[in-house]
Amino acid sequence: MAKRCVDALNEALHELLASRDDVYVLGEDVLDPYGGAFKVTAGLSDRFGGRVLATPISEASLVGVAAGLAIRGYRPILEIMFGDFVTLAFDQIVNGISKFREMYDGQVTVPLVVRMPMGGGRGYGPTHSQSLEKLLLGVPNLRVVAPSECHDLGELLGAAVADDDPVFFIENKLMYGRPNRRPEDGHVGELACRETAGPYPALLFSGSDFVGGSATIATYGGMLPAALEAATELILEEELFCEVVALSSLLPLDLDPVLESVARTGALVTVEEGTLTGGIGAELAARVQEAAFGELRAPVRRVAARDGVIPSAHGLERAVLPGPADVARAVLELAGTRAGER
Amino acid sequence: MELARLYGQMYRIRRFEETLLELFSAGKLVGTTHTCIGQEADAAGVIACLDPERDIVFSNHRCHGHYLAFTGDLEGLLAEVMGKATGTCGGKGGSQHLCRGSFYSNGVLGSIAPVATGMALAERERGSGAVTTVFLGDGALGQGVVYESLNLAALWRLPLLAVVENNFYAQSTPSRLQLAGGIPDRARAFGIETEQLDSTDVLEIREAAARAVARVRGSGEPFFLVIDTYRFSPHSKGDDHRDPAEIEARRLRDPLTVAAVGLGGEQRAAIERACEEELAAALAAARAAPDAG
Ligand SMILES: Cc1ncc(C[n+]2csc(CCOP(=O)(O)OP(=O)(O)O)c2C)c(N)n1
Ligand SMILES: [Mg+2]
Repeated sequence: MAKRCVDALNEALHELLASRDDVYVLGEDVLDPYGGAFKVTAGLSDRFGGRVLATPISEASLVGVAAGLAIRGYRPILEIMFGDFVTLAFDQIVNGISKFREMYDGQVTVPLVVRMPMGGGRGYGPTHSQSLEKLLLGVPNLRVVAPSECHDLGELLGAAVADDDPVFFIENKLMYGRPNRRPEDGHVGELACRETAGPYPALLFSGSDFVGGSATIATYGGMLPAALEAATELILEEELFCEVVALSSLLPLDLDPVLESVARTGALVTVEEGTLTGGIGAELAARVQEAAFGELRAPVRRVAARDGVIPSAHGLERAVLPGPADVARAVLELAGTRAGER
Repeated sequence: MELARLYGQMYRIRRFEETLLELFSAGKLVGTTHTCIGQEADAAGVIACLDPERDIVFSNHRCHGHYLAFTGDLEGLLAEVMGKATGTCGGKGGSQHLCRGSFYSNGVLGSIAPVATGMALAERERGSGAVTTVFLGDGALGQGVVYESLNLAALWRLPLLAVVENNFYAQSTPSRLQLAGGIPDRARAFGIETEQLDSTDVLEIREAAARAVARVRGSGEPFFLVIDTYRFSPHSKGDDHRDPAEIEARRLRDPLTVAAVGLGGEQRAAIERACEEELAAALAAARAAPDAG
């Protein structure tokens, strides 16, 4: 049985603190025995003492504090308890950490990692359930990394810590409790799975061994299970074979794996948990049509949360957030897909 | 002699800032600038107490005096403001986004306090004995992150010296319209030691700063130094609606005049001459340098 994602992340933090003296962990309630609101930092303060700092509730400042540490030679990892509260830190993000290296003409680097639990499905309501990573996509010089449950979480977190630029590391809250399903013998379950190279790889999934398909479903993070479920259902119910691409690098946007897959499938559906407007799907759609208009047989379709608040009540929340059925429907609604043109 | 050195420092800053304003008036500079004419004793007095090899300075939008006092790099700053490739930040930062060695500045008010706090934490962890000095204006005291930073600095016992240059204005807005309560009280609420002085006497400021720096270095804890001062120049280039009589009255306490009293006429003339020569050479070098980009 694969370990749970929360445990994989926790182990990775233990290893990072053990292997590098310059790594510090900061955040609200990160100390033992509490070990963080989602327990990702469990055991760290007992083991590494002074390098694990409990902070006041000062999100607006903490990203700046971490930047000060980073500029002066350390590699801080800051946890923002709920990613929703990254809004408080936007001045430091936009006018500070993303600019220091370039505006100081390369005289400094800002190697800091901000870990942010995002996403809904737990009934936490409008201000504790959002997926706000899209707000960071418009900030040049940041890196936004969003692992899925099939990624090597330890490798990704290690790459983020080793990165000389600020990395926002998006952890989906529902993902924490799920098994970290790494590909085995090139497969995850029944689906063939390939991993691209580099520190922030994408995962490509196919039910037909990448010989082609009806559509590419591009997603990331906590939406991967919905995309895989939809792809499997489409095979079983409709005999439609889709490829799924799970990106881990949202900024810079890792376009190549999506283009590679679209070249085989001729259509694209994007899937994200955040709200629709100005989202990652919009950016992907723009870039794919720019680079591969001739490959597309149908307009790109975006699956995302409704533009509104995420209600607390379970039924209301489910109605707003995208799920497997929304993904499958979007694929079926693509022009030419049912006709089996591919 | 110390006074002569400090006078030279202040004169150099004054003439640098005047030169910028002249260049702007002549249409030779674009963008914006905030000069510290009238406040030179703060930069000279405080920074005289710092160790340029070890300490850190984080400054704000009105940063030229701090930069010159800490780094000495007049030519790089001039070139930076003039948009030259040879500028401190290759022309990317301009007047208020400077970096050289352990000097940093950023033009977003208050925003520098958390970063300076993090730097103080880094130096504490490294055990370097460095003091991190952050310069704030009275207007920046309206920003919440300043108080978050003071809380953190006190809580974590960080070697941070916060210097408030209280010139009684934030851009066009006088203190009475933007500041409630006392300034040192703000830091005292966090248990931070404070001192306030109303002075343009560079020796007096240097003495107060020496006490503050010694406290921070000795105890490893933060200190909050408030210097009441006054800016003669406009907020940036020509935007001034203050009562001219108020400015004139404050000119009687011009830090250069105050310091000059302790110097001989010939000594002063020699300092000023050397400075004019340096400035002329820097201006010629910057003019000759290639434009950035
Ligand atoms: C966050 C932010 N808001 C507004 C400004 C525009 N601005 C630049 S300087 C200034 C006034 C600053 O006053 P103070 O802190 O007292 O410093 P002083 O200019 O008097 O040296 C303002 C409003 C800014 N740079 N940053
Ligand atoms: Mg002011």
